[in-house]
Amino acid sequence: MQQLFNFFIKNKTFVLFLMLFSCSLFLTIQSNEYHRSKFINSSNQITGSIYGTFHSITQYFNLKKENTLLQEENSNLKAMIYSHEILAAVDSVFEQKYEIQPALVFKNSFALPNNYLTLNKGENDSIKEDYGVITSKGIVGIIDATSSNYSRVMSILNTNSRVNVKLKKTNYFGILGWDGKSPDIVQLKDIQDLVKIAIGDTIVTSGYSSTFPQNIPVGSILSYELNDTEDLYIIEVKLFNDMKNLEHVYIIENIAINELRALNFSDE
Amino acid sequence: MNNIALNIVLRFVGLVLLQVIICSNINFLGYLNPYVYVIFMFLYPITNNRVLFIFLSFSIGLSIDIFLDSGGVHAAASVAIAYVRPLFLKFSFGAAYEYQAVKFSNTNFSQRVIYFLLLIVIHHAILFSLVVFDKNEGLMVVKQTLYSSAFTLIVCLLLTSLFSKKEL
Repeated sequence: MQQLFNFFIKNKTFVLFLMLFSCSLFLTIQSNEYHRSKFINSSNQITGSIYGTFHSITQYFNLKKENTLLQEENSNLKAMIYSHEILAAVDSVFEQKYEIQPALVFKNSFALPNNYLTLNKGENDSIKEDYGVITSKGIVGIIDATSSNYSRVMSILNTNSRVNVKLKKTNYFGILGWDGKSPDIVQLKDIQDLVKIAIGDTIVTSGYSSTFPQNIPVGSILSYELNDTEDLYIIEVKLFNDMKNLEHVYIIENIAINELRALNFSDE
Repeated sequence: MNNIALNIVLRFVGLVLLQVIICSNINFLGYLNPYVYVIFMFLYPITNNRVLFIFLSFSIGLSIDIFLDSGGVHAAASVAIAYVRPLFLKFSFGAAYEYQAVKFSNTNFSQRVIYFLLLIVIHHAILFSLVVFDKNEGLMVVKQTLYSSAFTLIVCLLLTSLFSKKEL
């Protein structure tokens, strides 16, 4: 025992190095596994407020572009309202299924294989895990960790990200993932070779998962090829969103699913 | 002594902020970022208290990881270069290091470049093999390591000469 202690004291630098190195390896491996990467994240109070302070400065650089984007979205929504005016008046038992909250992106990354965003809304704004995040142009990602004032989003530019999407024309659905290479292009898998597809076809969310409503735009088909066994397509999808430049996003809460979960819970 | 400690704390905080707010958002050519916080490990005074040094290096790496949501990759790379640093000090500065007489402001330029370059390459090799974390993507690791190392080296040399006390 004495010798063992002596050994440790003599090699304390090496022991400390090994300890800290394996500790960081452990954290790295954890962060590569889906839903286990919450150990260390940037949605805590300190990092959130630091990012917030500097965001209030850098915000001004994008004002012009953001204004055009918001105006574009406004005009689209206005067009929708005017063409549905009569319908809306009839629909007296309108049921709200989704609640939408605006948020600002404090931190964004797209150069790594596993990218995350930090938003300025958290548990105090009743944001929870698994809420979807979108912009006016398309999907951004899914909330995967929250603190009281900030939340972290797993971007679709994350090799662990899986989103259920479908072809707008034919309603065939598949799973959207990312190979970690280009921040403009994501991959759609699991579409059968019987399905007719064409370059330029639109991909939208399927609505089969509770996170995103149906028909939120994702991207358009850039190219496609068959996989090794030649029965499924691997489709390259060009995103509508510019993931390199995100500022205003919306967080979607599925109210219906909360109700459903509450019901299930009371049954048990 | 107190002055040195204060200096180290200021450098720690300053480099973390510089890294996460500016340097990680450069994305030159789409994906290249300099990792300037390695300067902390380079310029840490040469002492016999290596335990504290390794621990501080781990902390700066971990702080970067928390900000960038990257798990523990920066912590691992920082701890590694902190541990092997004496070897490279000896290699780059030779006999002067043996007498603990190395002052970074007095070393000549080429020695400093070699010292920086070797440690940066080791740091980035560990960093990117952990970031990519896929044994089939070896080429990508090498490519990223080389390009980013060049970028980091240039920025580090600029920063250290900007803040050096030597009179011209």
